[in-house]
Amino acid sequence: MRVRAQIGKVLNLDKCIGCHTCSVTCKNVWTTREGVEYAWFNNVETKPGTGYPTDWENQKRWNGGWVRSASGKLHPKQGSKWRILANIFANPSMPEIDDYYEPFDFDYDHLKSAPDMTAFPTARPRSKITGERMEKIETGPNWEEILGGEFSKRSADYNFDQVQKDIYGEYENTFMMYLPRLCEHCLNPTCSASCPSGAIYKREEDGIVLIDQEKCRGWRMCITGCPYKKVYYNWDTGKSEKCTFCYPRIESGQPTVCSETCVGRIRYLGVILYDADKIEAAASAERETDLYGAQLDVFLDPNDPDVIAAARRDGVPEDWIEAAKVSPVWKMAMDWKVAFPLHPEYRTLPMVWYIPPLSPIQNAAQAGQIAMSDQMPDVRSLRIPVKYLANMLTAGDEEPIVSALERMSAMRLYMRALTVDGVRDEGVAARVGMSGRMIEDMYKIMAIADYEDRFAIPTAHREQNEHGADIRGGCGFTDGNGCSSGEAGKTSLFGGKKKSFALPQETF
Amino acid sequence: MFANYDINFIIFGIMPYVALTVFLVGSIARYERDAFTWKSSSSQLLRSKQLIWGSILFHVGILIVFFGHLVGLFTPIWVLDTLGVPYGLKQWMAVLIGGPAGLAALVGGTMLIHRRLTDPRIRATSSTLDILILLLIWLQLAIGLLTITQSLQHMDGAEMIRFMEWSQSVVTWNINAWTTVVDVHWLFKLHIFLGLIITMLFPFTRLVHIWSGFAAPFRYLLARSGYQIVRSRRRRPLEERRRAFDKRQGQRGPSASTPAE
Repeated sequence: MRVRAQIGKVLNLDKCIGCHTCSVTCKNVWTTREGVEYAWFNNVETKPGTGYPTDWENQKRWNGGWVRSASGKLHPKQGSKWRILANIFANPSMPEIDDYYEPFDFDYDHLKSAPDMTAFPTARPRSKITGERMEKIETGPNWEEILGGEFSKRSADYNFDQVQKDIYGEYENTFMMYLPRLCEHCLNPTCSASCPSGAIYKREEDGIVLIDQEKCRGWRMCITGCPYKKVYYNWDTGKSEKCTFCYPRIESGQPTVCSETCVGRIRYLGVILYDADKIEAAASAERETDLYGAQLDVFLDPNDPDVIAAARRDGVPEDWIEAAKVSPVWKMAMDWKVAFPLHPEYRTLPMVWYIPPLSPIQNAAQAGQIAMSDQMPDVRSLRIPVKYLANMLTAGDEEPIVSALERMSAMRLYMRALTVDGVRDEGVAARVGMSGRMIEDMYKIMAIADYEDRFAIPTAHREQNEHGADIRGGCGFTDGNGCSSGEAGKTSLFGGKKKSFALPQETF
Repeated sequence: MFANYDINFIIFGIMPYVALTVFLVGSIARYERDAFTWKSSSSQLLRSKQLIWGSILFHVGILIVFFGHLVGLFTPIWVLDTLGVPYGLKQWMAVLIGGPAGLAALVGGTMLIHRRLTDPRIRATSSTLDILILLLIWLQLAIGLLTITQSLQHMDGAEMIRFMEWSQSVVTWNINAWTTVVDVHWLFKLHIFLGLIITMLFPFTRLVHIWSGFAAPFRYLLARSGYQIVRSRRRRPLEERRRAFDKRQGQRGPSASTPAE
């Protein structure tokens, strides 16, 4: 056993209202610079839809994630190391900026500076790359917002696999949900595995996956490697960038910006202890439907005395072990089994998990006849097909999704009985394999979702990491080339002074 | 054309040392002081069209040409003699391997120049040096291919031997190196001169990615055993932490398999 800790995340899709506050606050903090205008470290997609970048889930096209060879070994889907090196001159499966969207802005100034005209002045779009007029905006960061566009296009959605999708194009049967997406900070990230320069790494202390901007050479293999398409190439600096999990905030015990500002309170952050020795075997599970269970096995119970002893021995700080015990992420993923990894079939062992959404009953006219069994709504008759959610969250295995949806329905029934009738209906709880106490706890965390219940983030232990003297006068947290004498994208070799700062030690 | 004594001495006797110094010191300085600007400057994200074919033809061609020059010029002449390789044969090999490779690089380079100058996205995001270095390399390839017309007129390898002597004299600090190339055809002289100019520009342009390109296979295949990289900011490695913990406890810790991290 080799115990490591990671700040994991859960997003409760049942409560996402699609307001995009997470995306906007993230963008304002991280990607308002030239070169990454098109990049959204956090974005919210309307599903069903092809998403951003278009068709990102189609790994036949983008070759992201891992594949398991006949011998049981994993290699990136875009190829093993030799193959990746051979593609270094031109990456054959890399999205173009048009697959995201060409960044644009509007001629706002024209509104006030236009001369006297017969027609009202308008603010027309202009490309942020070339500065030229764009006659027609073809796509944008959230082009399919609230089922925008024809069903025939949106239904290219990969999650419709094995679903008779035609009926969902009909007005009466349509369904939708929101899917906020960010870097998954995987246990087995393909982006880092694909990087020939070794610039992408996972941090031992908190599991955050980062790109070393000074080591990145712009070989672009990470962009293909990441199956979630959450590594972005900055066309100005020539380096790849990605969600940093707001590590400066996490290190000081604050939630990420997207989580902090989430209006629907759907985002949870907490410590997960995991066994680093089990990662490879879990990611190599033979059947794709086994991957979800295999990842559960990688997580370690923070209340198990053996785990605690091993964690202490491996240097996990005491407050991190305590935080793991109250981690909302642990509760939702492990205790209640209502949270699931996004596309476990990519074999990356993602660490941002999702609670599937409940939805109205498919056919309201028949609600009285088929939808209820024993006062419990039959989750298979909900508007969002279970298979669709399963394709998204459990590699197509419907059972865990059904169980989670039933537990969430049971929570509603139980709490209605408690608050309206004043009855603790243990029967409902028992039917979904829970107890009244568990359901009340679940209600407190998932429905009420107080700030302190959503976020249990221990601070980083800088005293273990660095000597104060080493960082004195050094380069603090900067963005882009702030610490270097050169300007981004320009070649200015000699200039101002650059002070040394201690880089983290590297371990393989 | 360049028959003047002094100019030959400066270009073929002095300039190689200036160029190599700028090349090496500049590369080291940029790597040390300005690592953030060290990159391939790929523009594939903005437009894949023309890049896939252009870049592959250009890079594969130019790598063959590069290694051809490296091996061809710097193999000591006594090695050829010992192996019994006739100079004429070596020159034929150079023409037959280098020619097609140079042509491929030229075609690829033409595609890349066309793309860089005509595609509005690539044009808008190109720096002056990006365009200049690409044009210079294209010119160098074209001149290099033109020298084949001269080489074919005397396939005995004698002139090639002079370039080998010159290159090897330069790297062995022989100050009289320049005299061996004083009376070669001006195309060769221009080729060498332009090569030295490109060498000098190297550290100030995107060409620095060549260093990384050569380093990448070693880093990726040899220096990295698996696929994943985990960095720790903790001052003590795992094994040391475990030993210290066990010592503090005065007992053996929980049994655990501990593969080297």
